[in-house]
Amino acid sequence: MDLSYSDADNAFRREVSEWLAANLPSDLQHKVLNHLRLNKEEYVRWHKILAAKGWVAPGWPEEWGGTGWNATQRHIFEEECARAGTPMIMAFGVAMVAPVIMKFATEEQKRYYLPRIYDCTDWWCQGYSEPGSGSDLASLKTRAERDGDYYVVNGQKTWTTLAQHADMMFCLVRTEQSERKQEGISFLLIEMNSPGIEVRPIYMLDEDHEVNEVFLDNVRVPVSNRVGEENKGWTYAKYLLGHERTGIAAVGRSKRELAFLKRLANGQNKGGRPLTEDPLFAAKIANLEIELMALEMTVLRVVSAEGAKKGPGPEASLLKIKGTQIQQMLTELMVEAIGPLAMPFERDFLEGKSDDVLDAESAPLASYYFNFRKTSIYGGSNEIQRNIISQMILGL
Amino acid sequence: MDFTFSSEQTQLADALGRYLTQEYDFESRKKAIASTGGFSPAAYAQLAELGVTALPMPEDADGFGGNASDLVLVMQELGKHIVVEPVISTLIAAEFIKRSTLPSRIETLKGVALGATRMACAFGESQSRYELADVLTCARQKGSGYVISGKKPVALHAGQADLLVVSARLSGQQRDQDGIGLFVVPANARGVHLRDYRTIDNLRAADVTLTDVEVEAGALILASAWPLIDAVTDYGVTLLCAEAVGAMDKLLALTVEYTKTRKQFGQPIAKFQALQHRMVEMFMHVEQARSMAYLAAVKVDSSDVAERRRAVSAAKVRIGQAAKYVGQEAIQLHGGMGVTNEMPAAHYFKRLTMFEITLGDIDHHLERFIACPQTEAARVPLRQAA
Repeated sequence: MDLSYSDADNAFRREVSEWLAANLPSDLQHKVLNHLRLNKEEYVRWHKILAAKGWVAPGWPEEWGGTGWNATQRHIFEEECARAGTPMIMAFGVAMVAPVIMKFATEEQKRYYLPRIYDCTDWWCQGYSEPGSGSDLASLKTRAERDGDYYVVNGQKTWTTLAQHADMMFCLVRTEQSERKQEGISFLLIEMNSPGIEVRPIYMLDEDHEVNEVFLDNVRVPVSNRVGEENKGWTYAKYLLGHERTGIAAVGRSKRELAFLKRLANGQNKGGRPLTEDPLFAAKIANLEIELMALEMTVLRVVSAEGAKKGPGPEASLLKIKGTQIQQMLTELMVEAIGPLAMPFERDFLEGKSDDVLDAESAPLASYYFNFRKTSIYGGSNEIQRNIISQMILGL
Repeated sequence: MDFTFSSEQTQLADALGRYLTQEYDFESRKKAIASTGGFSPAAYAQLAELGVTALPMPEDADGFGGNASDLVLVMQELGKHIVVEPVISTLIAAEFIKRSTLPSRIETLKGVALGATRMACAFGESQSRYELADVLTCARQKGSGYVISGKKPVALHAGQADLLVVSARLSGQQRDQDGIGLFVVPANARGVHLRDYRTIDNLRAADVTLTDVEVEAGALILASAWPLIDAVTDYGVTLLCAEAVGAMDKLLALTVEYTKTRKQFGQPIAKFQALQHRMVEMFMHVEQARSMAYLAAVKVDSSDVAERRRAVSAAKVRIGQAAKYVGQEAIQLHGGMGVTNEMPAAHYFKRLTMFEITLGDIDHHLERFIACPQTEAARVPLRQAA
């Protein structure tokens, strides 16, 4: 057992952190570090900067632009990005649909889509959930009927993250009614400007427009936009969900937010002393910090096993549950730390339209807390993750 | 970065696991507990034969020079079988000798490595709770030697030990970290009285009373011993943490197995989601605990005292929480059988409960953790060499 980073790893970490210091635009960094909302232009700008450097898709095979980094290097990269406060690279293209395209699509599809994903020519969204199909995803009803070289798609998707920005949607549709609901599903790539698509906003707890309903009314999709075989889409959908999941714990970001929380609490008073000196609050932070230390070690154990070619298995579910619990507790303690300062709702400030706030550090935090309630629900709710552990690890 | 164990480490653990599975079953363990001495000297000899006591001893004392990381898997195996023989007590007490410059050092450690010498610590006092610097027991100089008097209740395995490591105040006030001396005292020395008893988790402990116990100058391990006591206690906590992870591994497995076998409403109760999710919680506790046991094992040797204390206390907190959760849930999931003394699960529960209050409970270590904030130098995690 050796928990040290090699000299090469440390040199790599320096290279990444120095490059980030020189290339991460300060306006983007400011927004990320201060919990402000990013717009499409800002996400795309950062994506293109990373793409130009060749670091936007480290996990891809090198022939398509991957970096060839080992699992430890990828972990270091993610950690340094989180520490610096980079905007997230939207997962839908790079981390979700791209691996499916690489594994199951035709050469022609690969050559067309992958470069466009890499440089963010297309913004992707995910057409999975439906009003009646959340955790029970395979029960989806959106149907696609063959009409010559086209599918005609009718139905409704929901919780579609940032679909208002999207150029493309990867979408699960039912192409055949089967005994087993997992059969008869196909995986389509749909252009969002197709006639018959309507995107309606859903405003979340923090009144942010982050997700949408997507209505599909006789949308004509070329059969050539199907990935893989007809009716085999469930296999691809599952492959997608099982891919690239060690980052799911977001340990790097949580470490940054823990440092923020401590700074925040240190600036608050209780009985004339910094809140961090209050034993009750200090104990809460300490418990959270210890849970995060444990999770970091657990992630490294999984990363290390991945490096040894054992592959990330159902333990990714553990990382998701623990990672989101920690993220949520961090935001909860931020609100607790600032107390009544959490009340003012400064939407214009959050969106960069105004500077007139009582306290800039505190203003976003209640929204941030409410926003993070989603994390234990999305990506396979934490209860679904428990089912996975129960079946795949404990054999219950 | 590498989280795998070396082949030497796994081989020893495997051999130990084989022996314990074959020879140290629940019934033999029960017999050992019920015997006069409260443990099996034969089993202890066998553990020594396998190399368990020699592993951490220095090579010049016929040991293998192992550190805490080398002991992780061994401790886990002892935990899996909730071994009651005084191995961990001996290893912790011997660690003081190992880190001393006593003339008798090599001879003592050879005895420990061989399994011929058993040792125990007698630190805690009625008023001290977990603050081992709170010492009323005093040591007066007499001639070239010392006279020690005081009481050390609930000293684990003191009654099974040949040698006791005793803390006694040479100077200063009751709670001063300065002025604490550390002595090695033969358990049969004149003036040493032991009230030996079984603990609720079937280990042994003794209330040690020292009445004008005369020892030679060579019995003094260290005069200003607080940093050593603090460091070796961290080492002991680290071993206990690994042991607890082993016990939790087994207890979770027992619980999973039981719920698959036990049928109600026409099906195994393992099919009920309310129960499945509770076992998943247990699993997550065990994995987080294992991570912390590894972290402690690596960091306990750190020359940076704050870093060492921080990691070890974090581990004791997290593993203590896991031990409580896993123990309590295992009993609940075993239903009525869980609250009988017949089920192995009950014994793991009792051991894990006592683990939590050994060498500092969750609150004690949480406070200690808070007192050791992460330094800026440690910004990059796990940077320093193992």
